[in-house]
Amino acid sequence: MEVTSCFNNGKLYITLCGEMDEYSASSARIKCDNLIDSYVNAKKIIINLARVAFMDSTGIGFLIGRYKKASRLNIPLFVAQPDFAADKILNLSGIYSLIPKAE
Amino acid sequence: MTTNYLKLQFYSHPRNQAFARDAVAAFCVELNPTLSDISDVKCAVSEAVTNCTVHAYRGNLGLVCVECEIEDKKLHIKVSDTGRGIADIQKAVQPFYTTLPSDERSGMGFTIMQTFMDEFSVNSIQGEGTVVYMSKTFNSEVENA
Repeated sequence: MEVTSCFNNGKLYITLCGEMDEYSASSARIKCDNLIDSYVNAKKIIINLARVAFMDSTGIGFLIGRYKKASRLNIPLFVAQPDFAADKILNLSGIYSLIPKAE
Repeated sequence: MTTNYLKLQFYSHPRNQAFARDAVAAFCVELNPTLSDISDVKCAVSEAVTNCTVHAYRGNLGLVCVECEIEDKKLHIKVSDTGRGIADIQKAVQPFYTTLPSDERSGMGFTIMQTFMDEFSVNSIQGEGTVVYMSKTFNSEVENA
């Protein structure tokens, strides 16, 4: 899974690209955590899911893990542009109450 | 009456998860599924196969068997392993229940299988293995959005 980022105006934008499953999640975890560690002064982190072609429940664990990490640094976390399939899983898990969808 | 049948057997290596769900998705194309149906099936298969890797064989290599049958507009899927088995099925199927919370496991695998498929059941014998059965009926009248 490809992880790209851009820091703009205090906001850290992380874009995930590829398939999120048990196999791909571990490298994405490390890359995301390294990014968060590089921008501990960020006011907001937005994880963009528009290019995630597949996601299973691994995605829920992945997002909660990043949420915990960001929370320890007092940075609010958001998700952006999940496709209908990712949205269905995220809704089912109730994760949006912790990690709201970015406008 | 069964009109088509597929049997896949592969090692529980994590890299086979994508192969398994994509193979099942390709197999059910003849049912003219909607995009939403396909993504439901892919996700349910991914959850079942991931359970074999993570729980049944706990990182050791074992064999996972995925069998699919098409019967009219209905897809039957059976995912089986000969791993450690589930100690308490009632607990295992509860939303957010996981035996491995430290690994960022969501505990939502069985809930997703239950929610995304029409029928779902799980049978397990400790020390012998687990069989997950799921089915979904495709309404091909629905147009792909």
